[in-house]
Parts: sequence; C-alpha cells; structure tokens
Amino acid sequence: MLKKDKTKRVVITGMGIVCPLGHDVETLWQAILAGKSGVAKTTIFDASTYPTTFDAEVKDYDFAKYTNHPQLHKHGNRGSSFVLGAANQACKQAGIDIETDEPADGIDRSRLGIYLGAGEGSVDNDVFFAALVEAWDTEKNEMDWGQWAKVAFGRMDPMCELEQEPNMPAAHIAMLAGARGPTRSCLTACAASTQACGEATMLIRRGDADIMIAGGAHSMIHPLGLMGFNRLTALSTRNDSPETASRPFSATRDGFILGEGAAVLILESLGSAKKRGVEILAEVIGYGSSSDAFRITDMHEEGRGATQAINAALADADISYKDIDYINTHGTSTMENDSIETKAIKAVFKEEAKNTPASSVKSMLGHLIGAAGAAEMITCVLAIRDNILPPTMNLIDRDPELDLDYVPNEPRKCRVDVAMNESFGFGGQNNVVIIKRFE
Amino acid sequence: MNSARVVITGLGAVSPLGLTVSDTWAGLCAGRVGIDKITAFDPVGFSCQLAGQVPEYKIRKFVPKTYRKAVKLMSRDIELSVMAANEALIHAGLVTKAIDPENINIDPERMAINLGAGLISCDLVELAPAVAASVTDGKFDIHKWGKEGLEQVTPLWLLKYLPNMLACHVGIIHDIQGPSNTITCAEASAHLAIAEASQIIARGNGDIALAGGTEAKVNPIVMIRQCLLKRTTDKNNDEPESACRPFDADAKGSVFGEAAGVVILENLEKARSRGAKIYAEVAGTGHSNNINPVYENLEPDGKGIEIAINKAMADAGIEPEALDLIIPHGTGIPADDLAEAKAIQAVLGEAAKEIPVWPTKSMLSNTGAASGVIDVIAAVCAMTEGKIPAAKNCDRKAGGCNLDISNQLREKKIRYALCCSYSYGGQTAALVLKKMN
Repeated sequence: MLKKDKTKRVVITGMGIVCPLGHDVETLWQAILAGKSGVAKTTIFDASTYPTTFDAEVKDYDFAKYTNHPQLHKHGNRGSSFVLGAANQACKQAGIDIETDEPADGIDRSRLGIYLGAGEGSVDNDVFFAALVEAWDTEKNEMDWGQWAKVAFGRMDPMCELEQEPNMPAAHIAMLAGARGPTRSCLTACAASTQACGEATMLIRRGDADIMIAGGAHSMIHPLGLMGFNRLTALSTRNDSPETASRPFSATRDGFILGEGAAVLILESLGSAKKRGVEILAEVIGYGSSSDAFRITDMHEEGRGATQAINAALADADISYKDIDYINTHGTSTMENDSIETKAIKAVFKEEAKNTPASSVKSMLGHLIGAAGAAEMITCVLAIRDNILPPTMNLIDRDPELDLDYVPNEPRKCRVDVAMNESFGFGGQNNVVIIKRFE
Repeated sequence: MNSARVVITGLGAVSPLGLTVSDTWAGLCAGRVGIDKITAFDPVGFSCQLAGQVPEYKIRKFVPKTYRKAVKLMSRDIELSVMAANEALIHAGLVTKAIDPENINIDPERMAINLGAGLISCDLVELAPAVAASVTDGKFDIHKWGKEGLEQVTPLWLLKYLPNMLACHVGIIHDIQGPSNTITCAEASAHLAIAEASQIIARGNGDIALAGGTEAKVNPIVMIRQCLLKRTTDKNNDEPESACRPFDADAKGSVFGEAAGVVILENLEKARSRGAKIYAEVAGTGHSNNINPVYENLEPDGKGIEIAINKAMADAGIEPEALDLIIPHGTGIPADDLAEAKAIQAVLGEAAKEIPVWPTKSMLSNTGAASGVIDVIAAVCAMTEGKIPAAKNCDRKAGGCNLDISNQLREKKIRYALCCSYSYGGQTAALVLKKMN
C-alpha cells in the first residue's frame, strides 16, 4: 500500500438536497429528528394496480426557483431538475458563484469539477407505450418496424430523448456553476453517489481539482422502473400501511421503498477552503470500494465485499473500527440486505459491533437509489454537527438475528465525531465513506 | 505525491471490424469500413439506416460452463463486454478463475474494474407482447399493465439493463473483488474509466485493473434518438462505405454503432516483476466540460476539449512537439469536428501542422461509451507497429480543420500519442499514452 498524501485533506463546505422529506437540508433534518415519513401513495403515475402502490416522492417541487434561466433546464429529467436545486443550495453555502460569466469567488473554474452518481431519466411513457401498441402485430407475433418508426418519429421529442441520458444531470450543473474541472458521472446502482463522493475526494487528493460538486440524482419512479423492481420482488408490498412499510432491521421487513431525489456536497481541498475563508462542515477522511464478484442477483452470503469495502475505508482513513461513533447503514428494509449488512458490521467491528450505533434513515426517506448515498452522507454531517443520531423508525418487531444498536424509533443525543456511510448496490457494488468532525 | 506508474499490458476489442484486436487492427490498416445497412432491426422509416455492427458471435463460447445459466441475463452490451474482457486478460497473460482455476496468477482483492457504459435501452420485441396485452379500446391501459402486463415480463428483466451489470458480470466471471465502477458519460466514458482505473492503481488501491467501455447502440430507441437529434447523416444511406466523414468538407453527420474494448492496466513494478509484456504507459489524463446551453453542437471554440488536452499534456509533463499521433473524437458532425479541430489547433499551435491526426470513426462508427477505448487500443497498436493507417473518407478537409490528416498509411516511430473524446452532455477527456520499451 502506498502512503497517502496527508497534506491534501478534503473537507465539506456546502450541502444541498431535494428529497421526499424536504427541499433543503434543514427541513430534511427536522423531519428526520421528528421521525417523519416521506412515503405515501404513488401520484406520479397511476400505479394503483401494481403490486406496490406507494413510494417516496419529491412533492411540490419547482426547479425554476433555483435558476434564472429556467428555459435552459426545462427539458431536464426529474433527476436533473432535483439536482439543480441541490447544487444551487450547496454552491451558495460554499460561496461558489452560480449563473454568472464573471464569478467573483476567486475559484479557478478549470479546477472546479463535478462527480455525480446519476441515473437515467424516464422514457417518454405516452409515446413509448403507444408506439409499441400500434406496432406490435399480435397475430404474427412480430414488430411492424415501419409503424413503430412512424409513431416514434412523429411524437418523440428530441430534447426529452436526450435528457434521458444519465450524463445529463452533470451537464445541468456544469451550466449552473460554469464548472470546467474534471467531470464524471457514474452509475453503480444503489451505491453510485457514495462512490461519486469517494472518487471525487480522490480527484482532489491527487490535485486534479480544488473543489468538486459531488453527489447524486435519480428517479426511477416511472412505469418501467417500478415494474423492474416489482418483478424482482425487491419492493415492499405493504400497501395498507405505506408509512410503516420501510422498516429496516425489523422481523417483518418485506422490501425497500422506491424513492427519488438529489443530494449534493461541495468537497474541497483544505487549502482552498482556508484560502477562501469558508465554513468547514466536516472532513472526508476515508473511502473504500469493492465488489462482491458473487452473483448478479444476491449479495455474498457472508458479506465478503461489504466487509472488504469497510476495511478499505478504515485503512484509507488510517483509523480503527473503535474510532467509529456512528454507522449510517445502507439498511434498505429487504430481508437480504439488512441481515448481510449486520453480519458485515459484526465481522469488522467484532466486540464493538453492538456498542456502535447503526441506523437507517431509509426508514423515513425511502431509497433514493443513485442519490441515496449522498443524501445519507448529508445526514452523517448533521449528526456530527448536532451530536444527534438519526433513528431507524418503524423498528417495532425486532428480528432476533439482528441484534445491533439500530437507534430504534427516536433520535439520540450522543457525541459523534466520526461517522461511516455505507452503500451497497445491485450486482455487488460496495462503497463506504468516512466523515469526521473538522478540527 | 507518492504514486505508482501505470502501464497497459493487455488489450481486448470487439468492433464492427472484428471480434478481436488483431482483426480490428487489420481492418483499420486495410482501410476497411465496418459500417453497413442496419440488420439488427428493420430501419424502415429511419433517416439514417446505417450502423457499425459487430460480426456474428456465439456468446456461450466466451462464458465458462459454470456461468452459462447467467447468459439469459445478458443484454448485448454485457455480452460484448464479456468477450473483450476475456481477450484482454488472456493477452496480458493473466489467469483468472474462469481462464484456468488450477493456475490462477492474480489476487482477486487487488484487481479492479472500471468500465464505461451507455444507457442500455430495453429490447422492444421482448416487452411488446406484455404491452400489447395491456390494451383497452386500442389504447395502452396502465391498469391492465400493472397486473396482466407485468406478469408477462421476465422477473429479472431490470438486471439486464442496469449499466453497472457490464462490470458486474465480468467481475463475477473472473473473480474481481477490488474497486468496481461504471462511468456513464456517453462517448467520454471509456477515457474517463481508464483515467480513474489508472488512478486507483497509482494510489495503491489495486495492482491490476480492467478498464474500457462498451455500448451496443444498434437498437431502435438509441438510433431514433440520434436521428431525432440530427446527429446522424441522412444523405448516405446507399453509400455506407463513405457515409461517415470526420473532418471532411462533405461530412453530413455521424454513424453510430457498437463495440467493446478493455485494456489491462497494471502497476509498472508489478508488471515488470511478473515479466509481463508492456505496451504503453498511461502518461497523462485530463478532463473538463464543454458548456454550451444550445446543445445542438459543441461550443464553437471547443474550449472544454482544449482544457482537457492541456491538462493531459501537463499531467504527462510533455510539450505539444512531443506528440507523434493524435486520435481525435472526430464524429463526422461538421460543427463538432470544426470545434474539435480548433481546440487541437489552439493547444498545439504551429506543431498542429506536423502531428499526424487519425480519425477512426469513418471505419469503426461512433460506438459511444466504447469509442474511447477502441481508440486507445488503436493507438497502442500504432505505437507497437510503428505505423499510422490511412484516414478513410477525409478526402477534402473541411474549412478550418488545419490538421495533418492523411489518406495514406504512414510509417512512423510513435513515442507519445494523444486520444480525445467528448460527450453530447459536455464531459470531455484527453489521454496521453507513452510507448514503453
């Protein structure tokens, strides 16, 4: 292992969020401390006959509040429009001038980068389904491509098609902030935005950028997305009680709740933050990534990959598991994740496992998929700031196998200096980031 | 900063010119064009009916027996990735669980994977019967769809279309347990993935990485998107050979296609100690953004590309004169090619006239997230053989493109090569390769 350069410390100087529990960081935090749920009946489209009829939606959101040029962003997919709000808030907090050709913030734009864990946008549903209905010959069991092309060419909107590409949320941020530094977008399922924040940290450490606008943006709440997860039987079907459906680590958990949103953190080299004199919210001290290399459909039974990623993050931070005050779990509320994640925590934390609080904010927020990790990282920063642990709500019937301290049902006052954020994605993608109080 | 040097020790490619690196390179040297009429579906009614399609293959040949059940979970993007990864590993002399379980010579935990991937569009024919069963009075009925429709869709449907599944399948087949990432920045993806994987090795988070990208763009949804955005040529449907014309005065648009490419990146010391053949060093990487709210084309001065190239050369510690070959992104979209030419000229200054520029998409088509790595592989082959194949279809340079593009094959000792790429959404990347002896 090469020795890492300790002189390039990376700190967090801004945060922004648009999620089911609010359109700014403080609203989200108050909702979490009050144990509120962002889960309700699906309203984005008519899902009333789907196996799952509820989700965690961003409600009453207007992206135009966050830009002076709404026409530039009006075609953006839901993820792009959410991330515009989150990036706007985060940039403002960090003192990054937006939407100007003459920024006065002293930041070299070629050293201001972007790294998002971002998902694809929804297909244009009306045209997508109509074209298939009109072009499929049910008797011959084949497609009439001429008919399909006619409907599609006639009704598809070019901009709406372009905006489905997963790199487009980053394009909207680039326009907002004038960022000319390294820009990437990754999509490692549910672990994407933790990976984005981790790799963005590495770009700053390497000296490729001074500041990275990092985070995630995603919405899979659309007819094909909900279909995909329902067919995988990954979602809760507790249709009679949406608010209590997300119950990570509980014996009666029956799947995750599909959510949506965007979360952005401004990551910055300590030198740059000090030079600019901005408030430092916390420090990113460790990042670890691994893959299960096990099965497409399942996590490794013993949590091999998760354990490896946690250990890699601890090694990168050069600390021991004993130094971790709080674990923000992936905690999806699926049978498999919560049980294997618990095993992995026990494998790493050994005798300290039961003494290390580990909660899941997905119990309130739902699962923001590509945006989940960054949203949860924001809650880690807030936990450190206020010395309060966010709770795991709906933990009423304990699973006897799962016996960690999940901070059940109410927030807890307690000293938090170092927090670990875990994210695990379909296909065996594991990413862990460690955040520390800045001193 | 204390960081390791990173070298390329293996190559794998599946392209419209062949199922291997050697077929692809031979095709490029012979000036063969891999673009033809679309056969994957009937493109009737499409403004562009051409594509670069990969020749026929049997995927089962490339998948170990124990993993054959998973073939039904593979979209075409995944299949092509599996093929390219196999070739690259074998070429590098690496023995994984899948290659020979008795003689494994890698440490799975020290091996990383980082692939560029596109937005994988679903197979319409697979979905159509379920949609057709969800109709009331001739119109799509979401209530029926939520019940009867869904039940007709295969349960693991979603897993075929998640972009990270390319890296996940390859990782499972070869037991790659280190860092794994999937970059989704369209045409810039593969260069960004190679850069990130290089950095993972440089900082010590792995010894070996598979890096590159794949995209199977010959799908009605993807193709119609490019047609609607008017990025495709709509004039050359009867002349596939001469349809894609980067930097040429008669260029009318791009032609899209499919490919997969993987390079094996390795810590230089480790590669030397195992006696691996070393082809090139990843000497420098640079990235930026094009910012052009108008979208239709690149910003006219190619500013984002210029910044990326400057950064890559600074990272490699070289001056423009050191370059012996440039493989530009060169799509055949006139305004974009002009902007890229301006960026290259702005960086290189006087030297631009002397440095061979070799666009490849006239032969390979624009293969999206794979295009960058196919160019890196082509550059490595050019370095190794000391020759730059003729540029196809650039017969009369477009105004403003004052680049040294030749329609003759050139013998040339290549020490440093530069590859560039950019996406429609703005991300740009440049990569400098250095020949290793």
